[in-house]
Amino acid sequence: MAVFQVVNRTTGDHFTCQEGQSVLKAMEQRDLKCVPVGCRGGGCGFCKIQVLEGHFECGKMSKRHAPPEAVEKGEVLACRIYPLTDLIIECVPLPEAAPAKQTTKNR
Amino acid sequence: MKKGVMRPGHVQIRVLDMDEAVKHYTDLLGMIETDRDDQGRVYLKAWTEVDKFSVVLVEVDEPGCDFMGFKVVDEAALNQLEKDLVDYGVGVEQIPAEELKDCGRRVRFTVPSGHAFELYADKKYTGKWGVSSVNPEAWPRGLQGMKAVRFDHCLFYGPELAAVYDIFVNVLGFHLAEQVLDPEGTRVAQFLTVSMKEHDVAFIHHEEKGKFHHASFYLDTWEAVLRAADLISMTDTSIDIGPTRHGLTHGQTIYFFDPSGNRNEVFCGGDYFYPDHKPVTWKTEELGKAIFYHDRALNERFMTVLT
Repeated sequence: MAVFQVVNRTTGDHFTCQEGQSVLKAMEQRDLKCVPVGCRGGGCGFCKIQVLEGHFECGKMSKRHAPPEAVEKGEVLACRIYPLTDLIIECVPLPEAAPAKQTTKNR
Repeated sequence: MKKGVMRPGHVQIRVLDMDEAVKHYTDLLGMIETDRDDQGRVYLKAWTEVDKFSVVLVEVDEPGCDFMGFKVVDEAALNQLEKDLVDYGVGVEQIPAEELKDCGRRVRFTVPSGHAFELYADKKYTGKWGVSSVNPEAWPRGLQGMKAVRFDHCLFYGPELAAVYDIFVNVLGFHLAEQVLDPEGTRVAQFLTVSMKEHDVAFIHHEEKGKFHHASFYLDTWEAVLRAADLISMTDTSIDIGPTRHGLTHGQTIYFFDPSGNRNEVFCGGDYFYPDHKPVTWKTEELGKAIFYHDRALNERFMTVLT
């Protein structure tokens, strides 16, 4: 089975990804946190990345978070892309988080 | 139920891949497929539910929730509630009978948080699945996965909670069972009931309209929740958090995602409500404990990942 190298240019992290495995799953397996993890189902848009170099296959993703014109430019969800070659990726700023976030502190 | 709204009746959930979704809701949650229609929608029910379906799956390119429906006691109540909504200034849309198979006419309206709800009085009564209505056995054999008992409630994220409260409480006859207040006294979460349950629908404040946090399914016991956790691992299903307990409602719970990223909950226990109960209040300073009673800290994913 082919193994590909994924480099996150934003954070400097790199990890291996097996053929048929999603980039997000490979990252989680290595206990890295260089891409935010949301629903892992292509639905919430949390793990949006920009693929700078390399080829990949795409699973189904929410049109809201990965419209076809963005996918064309390599703006995809890490939970739904499967490398075909080594990849260089970078993080994309998260959408605005919920206002409740400010109250997460607990004594 | 003082205005005739009886209980949650159905939820239509948008999925990216129908085959994966049906497998999730049947093999893992343990719902039963009861029908399909010419739009390609799939109808499911949990085994104790007496009507034909409670979950409708529709395949589109953006996951989330299309609408949640409440069953009302009869056609007279439906007519009155429809009139009350219109008089209150809420626009209603008529959905004809059979638009959902074996379901009567529905009155659809959208509340200011951006979520669509429906009221209906009739749906085909098919009885509990796998058990007789005469001298019934305790449970049916052949249930799959988590053996979900019933579709229980939904939690929605959106703005204008006060206006949503007015419609649900003043027009539809719901009660406020629990709330979260910020330091200024603004309600940022509201748990509403039409029954003895702790909540039949809930809302949390969020700037963006119309977001779906989760659909929840009831299980009998804490043991069943732990078994659900085992099944989530066995099937490599995307987990959110749990098993744990909520402060709000005190239910014992686990959260996970369907294959399209819609969040599901299975839970057991929790408080009960009678109409003479005053609302339970949590303060945002204790929001961590309100949401996750054991960790007493929020998990960011739980608060911000939505479809």
